[in-house]
Amino acid sequence: MVDLPLSNDRRMKVDEFDSGKMLAHATRQAKDRGYEKFPIVDVDSHHYELESFNEILEYMPDPVMKQLAQMANSGNSKGVGVMPGGVGYQDIGGRAIRYPLRRIEKTEPGVHRDVSLTRRWMDAMGVDMAVLFPSPMLQLGLHPQVEAEVALAWAYNRWLCERVLQEESRICSMIYLPFNDPEESYKMVKEFAGKKGVNGFMVTSVRYRPVHHNSYMKVYALIEELGLPLAFHAGYNWNEQSMTMMNKFISVHAIGFVFYNMVHMTNWVLNGLPERFPKLKVIWIESGLAWLPFMIQRLDNEYLMRSSECPALKKLPGEYITDMFYTSQPMEIPRDMSLLESTFKCIKAETQLLYSSDYPHWDFDLPSTIYDLPFLKEKAKRDILGGNAVKLFKLDINGRKLAKVA
Amino acid sequence: MAEVFVAKVADFPDGDRRIVAHGVHGIGVFNWQGQFFAYANMCLHQGGPACEGLIMHKVEDVIGPDKTWMGQKFSDSQVHFVCPWHGYEYDIRTGECAADRRLRLKKYNVVQRGDDIYVAV
Repeated sequence: MVDLPLSNDRRMKVDEFDSGKMLAHATRQAKDRGYEKFPIVDVDSHHYELESFNEILEYMPDPVMKQLAQMANSGNSKGVGVMPGGVGYQDIGGRAIRYPLRRIEKTEPGVHRDVSLTRRWMDAMGVDMAVLFPSPMLQLGLHPQVEAEVALAWAYNRWLCERVLQEESRICSMIYLPFNDPEESYKMVKEFAGKKGVNGFMVTSVRYRPVHHNSYMKVYALIEELGLPLAFHAGYNWNEQSMTMMNKFISVHAIGFVFYNMVHMTNWVLNGLPERFPKLKVIWIESGLAWLPFMIQRLDNEYLMRSSECPALKKLPGEYITDMFYTSQPMEIPRDMSLLESTFKCIKAETQLLYSSDYPHWDFDLPSTIYDLPFLKEKAKRDILGGNAVKLFKLDINGRKLAKVA
Repeated sequence: MAEVFVAKVADFPDGDRRIVAHGVHGIGVFNWQGQFFAYANMCLHQGGPACEGLIMHKVEDVIGPDKTWMGQKFSDSQVHFVCPWHGYEYDIRTGECAADRRLRLKKYNVVQRGDDIYVAV
């Protein structure tokens, strides 16, 4: 039973919650649109790793950090004192009702809770494979102790591989890199490449380390050699100096999820990293799409006047940008749909765009956000919803449909 | 016009709602301060179950006579129901989307006949 506080001191009691039932309309969409005819790959979805924090901590190599974290997690406040983060109202005051109610959702016996819940929403939406990422750990790059980011990353990655990815082949991930420590990031790539369900590596963008620093070159070289993609996953940080001027979560979220990826992409391109690592596939996750025409126009325009600052470039910055990959969510739906159509054309979406839901986060996108676009042909819809990801990650599903749409 | 039974008046208290089967997604019927309202249970955003989320009073800014911001409060009179998927808010009396009143859910007439509530479809 959950007793939800509502407006003007009203309350609402809720006895049960089933995310599959809450997504019944998504299931209807899957049937109506014929998703059974082609694979759908969700390249950015999430679980709440702090719900399994005690399990994760069993995999922590540092015994002192492990005890500190176990003690911090033993009270009512999960992970407080260990994980950075803090103020944020992702649940819109409970209006996104799955946030307060997920604690009473029942799962299949004998199946890990994360596997059970993930399969449930995947089947409801018609998603065949999902790339799963953590949630609070998206801010772990802000941890003031580099060794804590490293220790938590080792623990989480080992737990994820053993407890989640081993159990369900439809779930995969790109391994969290403790990017504030390049040497440990390198070791982590070595350790996890080739493990079941590991489809690449992921850097959380909210941090203060420049991606062009020389200490990262061997990390990029190794990932390129392995033929796996590198992703930058966006996030917000209300403590970012410029964002401390903002008084609303909507402001911090709308700008923050683009801001850090703008910084990293600018450094990535203008320092010629695409020229140094021409075979490295780079994915930019969860910044939506509207920032890309801005970045392309802005950097191209200035580059033509100041190319002496960027001697490594052999073509326009925007041409490197359109060689990279992007996840779709949160896809901005403008009043004037010709803007979105232009954006798709600008970023070569038919080959570079990867569908993502971001489920269960508050601004998730269903596959219909892509499938219903009037300016896309059927092949482009199918490629964006799954085909591009199958190719990029070399997924061995041979067009099979894995989702069990009820 | 056909009618779909919703509930007995006695079983449908003020502040409550019912989702009745009709078409693919059903119809949400609300009892708010003794008045009944009914809308298509499909959000205009991504098709979520718009009528199945929280009922919340509209949040309002309190602006002082000198135009300074004094804080926020819940409205005493304006009430929204909220799509549980993404938070789209709808005016419980009109079905208009609170953030853009050009958007409006399909509205149905609610008929009370004796002790019974029906929605006309």
